[in-house]
Amino acid sequence: MAENSSLVRSTPAAMAARLKRRYAAETRFRLAGITAIALALGFLATLIFTIFSNGLTAFVQTSVKVEVAFDPEVLGIGNDRSPDALAGANYGQVIKESLYKQFPTVEGRSERRELVGLVSSGADITLRKMLAANPALIGTTQSVWLIAGDDIDMAMKGHISRTPGADGNRLTDRQLGWIGDLERQGAIRKGFNTTLFTTGDSREPELAGLWGAVVGSFFSLSITLIVCFPLGVATAVYLEEFAPKNKWTDIIEVNINNLAAVPSVVFGLLGLAIFLNFFGMPRSAPLVGGLVLALISLPTIIIAGRAALKAVPPSIREAALGLGASKQQMVTDHVLPLAMPGILTGTILGMAHALGETAPLLMIGMVAFIVDIPASPMDPAAVLPVQVYLWADSPERAFVERTSAAIMVLLFFLGMMNLAAILLRKKFERRW
Amino acid sequence: MNKSLAVAAVALATVAFAGAAQARDQIRIVGSSTVYPFTTAVAEQFGKAGKFKTPVVESTGTGGGFKLFCAGVGPDHPDLTNASRAIKKSEFETCAKNGVADVVEMKVGYDGIVLAASKKAKHMDITRQQMFLALAKDVPQGGKLVPNPYTMWNQIDPKLPAAKIEVLGPPPTSGTRDAFVELVMEAAAETFPELKELKKSDEKAFKKAYSSVREDGGYVEAGENDNLIVQKLDANPNAFGIFGYSFLDQNSDKLQGSMVDGVAPTFDNIAASKYPVSRPLFVYAKKAHVGQIPGIKEYLAEYTSEKAWGKTGYLADKGLIPMPDSERKEWAAKINGLEALKM
Repeated sequence: MAENSSLVRSTPAAMAARLKRRYAAETRFRLAGITAIALALGFLATLIFTIFSNGLTAFVQTSVKVEVAFDPEVLGIGNDRSPDALAGANYGQVIKESLYKQFPTVEGRSERRELVGLVSSGADITLRKMLAANPALIGTTQSVWLIAGDDIDMAMKGHISRTPGADGNRLTDRQLGWIGDLERQGAIRKGFNTTLFTTGDSREPELAGLWGAVVGSFFSLSITLIVCFPLGVATAVYLEEFAPKNKWTDIIEVNINNLAAVPSVVFGLLGLAIFLNFFGMPRSAPLVGGLVLALISLPTIIIAGRAALKAVPPSIREAALGLGASKQQMVTDHVLPLAMPGILTGTILGMAHALGETAPLLMIGMVAFIVDIPASPMDPAAVLPVQVYLWADSPERAFVERTSAAIMVLLFFLGMMNLAAILLRKKFERRW
Repeated sequence: MNKSLAVAAVALATVAFAGAAQARDQIRIVGSSTVYPFTTAVAEQFGKAGKFKTPVVESTGTGGGFKLFCAGVGPDHPDLTNASRAIKKSEFETCAKNGVADVVEMKVGYDGIVLAASKKAKHMDITRQQMFLALAKDVPQGGKLVPNPYTMWNQIDPKLPAAKIEVLGPPPTSGTRDAFVELVMEAAAETFPELKELKKSDEKAFKKAYSSVREDGGYVEAGENDNLIVQKLDANPNAFGIFGYSFLDQNSDKLQGSMVDGVAPTFDNIAASKYPVSRPLFVYAKKAHVGQIPGIKEYLAEYTSEKAWGKTGYLADKGLIPMPDSERKEWAAKINGLEALKM
């Protein structure tokens, strides 16, 4: 058999056939690789496409032009012009009266309720701000663009059918008629949705914003950075440059690698037990969130830091030591600066990972409805991925597009952080 | 570098301990995700009035909420908890053991659980008994329990549509699932003579029989996210979904609710207690915190005001089914008088 095959191998025809088979095998192998990449790209493209097609409309917001009469009687403030009186005035009633005047034919309780539904229940804030800035407006009539109600907004964006008579439509035929009227008068428009970027969470989709979550994420990540960067770098330097090679350092090394693979929710439980129950830190605070996220990104930073230190050639160390530098001088003056770009890249990637975490934050109470914008890391706050999670779970239809918009904002920040990592590497990387 | 490290560490430690000593000036609420949309809406209105900070509301689930709520008294523990069922005796005892002696119970209103499908599907009129036959793991047949043989709706009753049984619903961790099992599966199980017998002889086996949902693909656990179920129903007209009424209300242009025992899941039917699959929702408050944490009494007053939980209040817009007038009045008096719950 063996002899036979060696004979066969030697004929040119058999060699050509075998060569052909090997080429075919290689083509198949490459095709499999390309298919895998195409599949992955396909999934990514579908994901991005769905998010963008769902979420782009959330960046615009419908508003309605209303002739608002600032009647002191309706405001219920009489002759009082003090800031306190202005803050507590009945702006909702002003909007109602103005709408009744604009649509004089509308009568009856339920019809009027439908009419008031054109404008968001939070539109009174706009008026309160106007009067606070300029009390002289009292007694005058102004045309004001007020935020439209969420169902009106959905209809204007085409997420709700505008054909009258459709069964089960959330807007009545009368409301659809009014939208038509307003459109003809040019009194309804779509503009950039500034609310989305300036306010905190709300149960009314048209008033809900991401700013609270962005600030919360910023505080959390700052704490994470402050805690885990020095700790991570110190650990990496010690293990790589100073630690003796023995059983103990091996155990520590294995444990650090294992920590990187621990599910993040476990760190949440740890945070609950240590920071909340033992140290008595406040629930839902970015301080605790940042500490928990620091525990999660620490192993990543240590591993990246050690890899970066390892990449510095031994000749640098030997040269420094040879010129009489102490070991510490060698590390701080020569090795660490050269390894820094790699360490920073690892840190940024670790932080990007931390930015996307929700599971550990559930345990420490950061998955919560928080309206007020946090002013310090001690105030309750949500973070961006938590906001995505909460909005995705809300029944209101208008939260569907806002969820996608929140994902886009989160992706934007992640993209920026990754871009920073790439630029840092490109600019400072040294090759030997 | 060493210096800045030390500064950072000291700063951190100070912040941490300052935090521990700090008293709380903001109401904290935990508990059920079903009550969450209503409690948050009240919290937002309450915060908007400007006298107090907006309460922080966490969505932890009913059981998780009671665990946190009953852990003790003091600023480290939440003031209120949402519940999609009444407090259990065991939970009440845990509370008492940890010093949470006086608990004020607030019934908020009702929530309906609906079986809904896409508008493109044929309308279904189903009884709870038929739902049991479609969804239970084992069904009674010829005097004993056999593994569920039904794969098509019309095998159960020729009047039901000739479509594959495919129901998307919540997982066992969800309060909606608990309520569905209690209101549909348990209630239906008691109408079968075989299971009735079993209840008398072996209560545990009976409980297992009605709470076990089929695992052969007829019932799909779709996770806690009801919006996901809504999207799947829209894409697949043959599937049915089980979720809270507010999601049907918000998507009434895409979905239709099936009639259960001849009653359609509408606002009026649930409010009039005609629709059989509905449950009361609750919020529990810690009496010991009133006066310690600012605003609790005012928050309860806002919740029980007509403009919130009334027939045309903003909670009704969010999908809460209000209690009848007399019941609301009765509860409002009890709650605002901070009457403690007795068990």
